[in-house]
Amino acid sequence: MEKILLKNIDKPESHRIENYIKDGGYKAFAEALKLKPDNIIQMVKDSGLRGRGGAGFSTGLKWSFIPKDPTIPKYLCCNADEGEPGTYKDRAIIDNDPHLLLEGMMITCYAIGAAKSYIYIRGEFVFGANRLEEAIKEAYAKGYLGKNILGTGFNLDMYIHRGFGAYICGEETALLESIEGYRAQPRKKPPFPALAGLYGKPTVINNVETLACIPAIIEKGPKWFSSIGPEKSPGPKIFGVSGHVKKPGLYELPMGTTLRDLIFNHCGGMLRDDRPLKAVVPGGVSAPMLTANDLDTPLDFDSLAAKGSMLGSGAVIVMDESTCMVKAAFITNRFFSHESCGKCTPCRDGTPWLTRVLKRLEHGEGRPGDIELMESLCANIFGRTFCPLGDGAVMALRGALKNFREEFQYHIDHKKCMAS
Amino acid sequence: MLSDKAKKEIEAALKKYPNKRSAVMDALRIAQADRGGHLERSDMEDVAVILEMNPVEVNEAAAFYTMYNIQKPVGRHHIQVCRNISCSLLGAEHIIKYMERSLNIKTGETTPDNRFTLSTVECLGSCGTAPMMQVNDDYFENLTEQKVDEIIKKLV
Ligand SMILES: Cc1cc2nc3c(=O)[nH]c(=O)nc-3n(C[C@H](O)[C@H](O)[C@H](O)COP(=O)(O)O)c2cc1C
Ligand code: SF4
Ligand code: FES
Repeated sequence: MEKILLKNIDKPESHRIENYIKDGGYKAFAEALKLKPDNIIQMVKDSGLRGRGGAGFSTGLKWSFIPKDPTIPKYLCCNADEGEPGTYKDRAIIDNDPHLLLEGMMITCYAIGAAKSYIYIRGEFVFGANRLEEAIKEAYAKGYLGKNILGTGFNLDMYIHRGFGAYICGEETALLESIEGYRAQPRKKPPFPALAGLYGKPTVINNVETLACIPAIIEKGPKWFSSIGPEKSPGPKIFGVSGHVKKPGLYELPMGTTLRDLIFNHCGGMLRDDRPLKAVVPGGVSAPMLTANDLDTPLDFDSLAAKGSMLGSGAVIVMDESTCMVKAAFITNRFFSHESCGKCTPCRDGTPWLTRVLKRLEHGEGRPGDIELMESLCANIFGRTFCPLGDGAVMALRGALKNFREEFQYHIDHKKCMAS
Repeated sequence: MLSDKAKKEIEAALKKYPNKRSAVMDALRIAQADRGGHLERSDMEDVAVILEMNPVEVNEAAAFYTMYNIQKPVGRHHIQVCRNISCSLLGAEHIIKYMERSLNIKTGETTPDNRFTLSTVECLGSCGTAPMMQVNDDYFENLTEQKVDEIIKKLV
């Protein structure tokens, strides 16, 4: 498959606008400006593109909810918060091909009628924020941003908003609160951001990788895009592999590539040949883990949902036989309780409680009944939280308990680990 | 007191937004850098004045985000080692322990010469090159004991 998302990242000085243009960059934007905004939205709908930030919502459909009234100001916010553990794909585009992202954003702004756009980038990505800052300057200098862009009368300004440490800012309404200068706690929906988003105005929030798909859809056409991978979940996808494999890294492959193909062909197999695969998290830590029995599952939104997991951000975390599942569950759960924003009780109180139980299990101090206690805590969190973070914590833990219950029991009975 | 340079940077940040409050995160970041890595109450009061906000509101915003070190000075080099899952699978705990031994401090502490502060953090978005850490603004990846030694030696 021809790469479109990672095609430039290994080239020298790939972040410079001259190099981006030399390799065909900004042609799609010029092309798009000749089309009617509605046609672009239709093209993106026809392409079948679904959001790469985690939820997999149809991008074209999301854009079509934005009111057409030209007198209402509208915003595009690019979600570059990239905080889901295991995920490091957006950073590669931001650092090494920032203009691909900017071009996708420009086309999106034109399609939805936005004249202002913010990139919300997590605070730790200082290098990336500087890269984007420079890229935006270059784009203004070349006339791709600012007033009367390429003589079309279209105006667009772009700004960077830097986060400062809080995973919840990746949730789209918390992200908006954060830009507005408040604590990043999710908002009630409805109203949805498409009607009342940033500063109460219609707003589209899209992930970096989603936006990076847009130039190719304009240039090569929606049919080209939808012909890659499964019909209902098409397109190229960046899989970010980490953990116990020989060659961890980012792999741009067709949606629907199987876990086996990804791990054993592209990543060169398990890190140590004498340690077989035990578990794999297919889409960032919120996605319930799968086991060696699931290796033929295609990595796409629907196939993973059918397995009771999810594609999420496409971050694949591979664990070999030596991994203690109690410890993995503890680390994952500690993350969620650390990142709970405190807005709703089940998540604010429930996740730290789970962490305490997991911690004592991990330290060989588990008590009989702890598994049942965790199950009942999970039941009291799941479906009762204000935003999906609490559910994510539960789904991750339930995935571990479902597949490795005897390991948790062993920790309680023997006060030590089965894996070591 | 904020330096003139910091004040100018905050003025520039204000231009990005339709209201002053939206610049609070930038302003706090600039103020923290201005003081050399942490925030004092007076910094938040200065920010409140510039942004025409109530100091309590500035405080509330600052307290929410983990990268603001409120009344918690850090050493010249703030070492933050990722403790999340991908890094843990490839030996993050070992790196953290090794770091504690080399610097002769515990996680959360600062060396007496004020050179280093050691912290652990959640995933920094660099999981394919685990284990990893951030020192001030820079990422260091694929860490080994030897690499950690070399990095520490260079940080004066
Ligand atoms: C707790 C939480 C964290 C999230 N973190 C991110 C993130 O870091 N990056 C991202 O793009 N989307 C994240 N999302 C999803 C966003 O809310 C939103 O669905 C997405 O940015 C929409 O863009 P897309 O349609 O292009 O995927 C998160 C959602 C939740 C509930
Ligand atoms: S589920 Fe957790 S993160 Fe989400 S609103 Fe409730 S407390 Fe905040
Ligand atoms: S888990 Fe350490 S950088 Fe992501």
